[in-house]
Amino acid sequence: MLANRKLILAHFWLAFGVFGIALTLGAWQMFIRSPIGTWLSNPELYYRSLTAHGTVMGYVFPTLVAMGFGYAISESALEQRLVGVRWAWTGFWLIVAGAIMAMVPVVLGRASVLYTFYPPLIGNVFYYLGVVLVVVGSWIWVALMAINLRVWRRAHPGAPVPLAMFANVAGSYLWAWTAVGAALELLLQIIPVAAGLKATIDAGLARVFFSWTLHAIVYFWLMPTYIAYYTIVPRAIGGRVYSDSMARISFILFLVVAMPIGMHHTFADPQVGAGFKFIHSAFTALVALPTLLTVFTICASVEIAARLRGGRGMFGWIRALPWDNPMMLALAFSFVMLGFGGAGGLINMSYQLDASIHNTQWITGHFHLIFGGAIVIMYFAIAYDLWPHLTGRELIDLRLIRTQLWLWFVGMIITTFPWHWVGILGMPRRMAYFDFGDPAIAPQALSVTFSAIGGFILLASGIMFIVILARGMRAPQVDAGPYRFALAVHQPATVPVALNTHALWVALMIVLTLTNYGYPIVTLALTEGTSVPAVYVGAQ
Amino acid sequence: MSAEDTHGSAEVAARVERRWATVAVIIIVMMALLAAFAGIHRATMPQPRVETTDPSRIHLSGEFVESNLGSVLEANGNVTVRAIGQQYSFTPACIVVPVDTPITMRATSADVVHGILIQGTNVNTMLVPGYVSEQLMRFTRTGDYLMPCQEFCSFGHEGMWGKVKVIDKTEFADRAKGGGRLNCVGQ
Repeated sequence: MLANRKLILAHFWLAFGVFGIALTLGAWQMFIRSPIGTWLSNPELYYRSLTAHGTVMGYVFPTLVAMGFGYAISESALEQRLVGVRWAWTGFWLIVAGAIMAMVPVVLGRASVLYTFYPPLIGNVFYYLGVVLVVVGSWIWVALMAINLRVWRRAHPGAPVPLAMFANVAGSYLWAWTAVGAALELLLQIIPVAAGLKATIDAGLARVFFSWTLHAIVYFWLMPTYIAYYTIVPRAIGGRVYSDSMARISFILFLVVAMPIGMHHTFADPQVGAGFKFIHSAFTALVALPTLLTVFTICASVEIAARLRGGRGMFGWIRALPWDNPMMLALAFSFVMLGFGGAGGLINMSYQLDASIHNTQWITGHFHLIFGGAIVIMYFAIAYDLWPHLTGRELIDLRLIRTQLWLWFVGMIITTFPWHWVGILGMPRRMAYFDFGDPAIAPQALSVTFSAIGGFILLASGIMFIVILARGMRAPQVDAGPYRFALAVHQPATVPVALNTHALWVALMIVLTLTNYGYPIVTLALTEGTSVPAVYVGAQ
Repeated sequence: MSAEDTHGSAEVAARVERRWATVAVIIIVMMALLAAFAGIHRATMPQPRVETTDPSRIHLSGEFVESNLGSVLEANGNVTVRAIGQQYSFTPACIVVPVDTPITMRATSADVVHGILIQGTNVNTMLVPGYVSEQLMRFTRTGDYLMPCQEFCSFGHEGMWGKVKVIDKTEFADRAKGGGRLNCVGQ
């Protein structure tokens, strides 16, 4: 039952529209700093583009996908009309207003500070206020998800919350709390300086605040993808979820351990001591656990589908899978990219290995492979799966959809593998151009060229994606029926309270954040003489 | 599939799942232990201590005044390098050090966040204004290494490249005889 289709479609269209713009900027950036591009006479243009690309891809696009998907889950999994539709539209328009408010100074070159802010660099105050509005808009969604679940619980006392909704609400709580780090940095530190009320800022403290957001935000991006793994893929390929409780445990683990680990982004920083660096490294190792559990459960669920289709043998069942089904294809691509990206991630979070790749192009390659690859390809699959239910029209051209997914996968591999490689060679991040004429840099030229070509393949795939969705708005009408989620092998009749509610886990999440962040933040805030003069960008 | 088959395969799956979970936990514990072991033995580890310095006064007094920047041979044979990063260059722009010698690099930023990365090595640290970064290093090959700034520091970031020149031990000792702080700017 999808009653508020317009609301959900508005979120998806805005998400994919801004995604298209940011993707184009990304491809241009790959090109302009590669040997096949020409040197920019004004490198500042590159950093405007980079700020826009990061802000849209990091804050606006995934947030809108999570919100639209969240509303769809709430209505279809709970079989209950969305409560608070007017508030949902308010949240949507806040994001529109925030995105525009943030992008105007970026386009004008008044806020080229990158989406990671980097104080003491300070840009135009409206850039930061715009980002705050986007976050406030998404917090309305968080509240609505909690309220809708509560309304449903009241009508169904003691009943197991559908897995999709349980995970969706976990994801929304994760986002609410992880955004607090950047919010504190913006409200307490950056905005007062950008507004001219203060002239100094503690850059080290700001980096710690931002790390609070910077890592768990990745798991917020990941949530829709994992929800699709567990609750859409098995249904779409004709199988069942292997274990409902293992799925709940994985989402709970994400909620609890995704938060207190962000300082692995500050291993190379001078303002954090060895103790907390090590604790955060160890906690980051823990966060691999829910992913490893997920890999098992999803592979088992897929195997169930294959065996139901007559697959036999230890590996022979793989051939029996419905490979012409876009969902199957997207899942396979996503898992391959998750495997490589995850292995790279273990290197990044390692207390020692991090030094050899910190802030090199390896990192950029890493998060493009995980986020742009493993996560976003499932966003595509979610959109394809939901589209007929939202538009009442069929997506006819499966061949085009498969080609689009193939191109995204191949493009992502061609882009990110050489990207990792030049990182190992020591190529630094975020540079508008490289002097490939320098004999020490020349060996990196070929790899960077490959990455640029991969960037154009991704752009082509992204355009195809938008074209497919747009054509789907005008396709012949069809009754897609109610939107359903996968059933478990043993669909639970009752679920233990701990696996059916969030309160305990949210409390644990907050406590762990306070223990892992409280002391370093308080110490840094109390250290005298670490506030440094702000350096205003583009103001002159 | 008969009922018996389903029951049998469910048992297999449960067994495999337990094994998988055990292996996953072992991997994670091993990684944490390895990191602790290597850290305790200082094989390699991130900067452990927090030291502060006021960037608006570093050019006036203290260890980062201009006359104190560069490489110095300590009495025990080790070398200390002091450097600063500012938009958009390092001082000194060329750092000279001897091969096969324990080196301590102490650096900070005079304005915004910068980073030091020496290509072909795992020397890699952030320079955050207000704090002192310290890195222990040792080069096993002589030659020239590029040292780019690895953190976005505004519009000139792409032009912020320094150099490290690793020279023979005796040559370095000769040059250090006159005292003072060594660098290889212009060489």
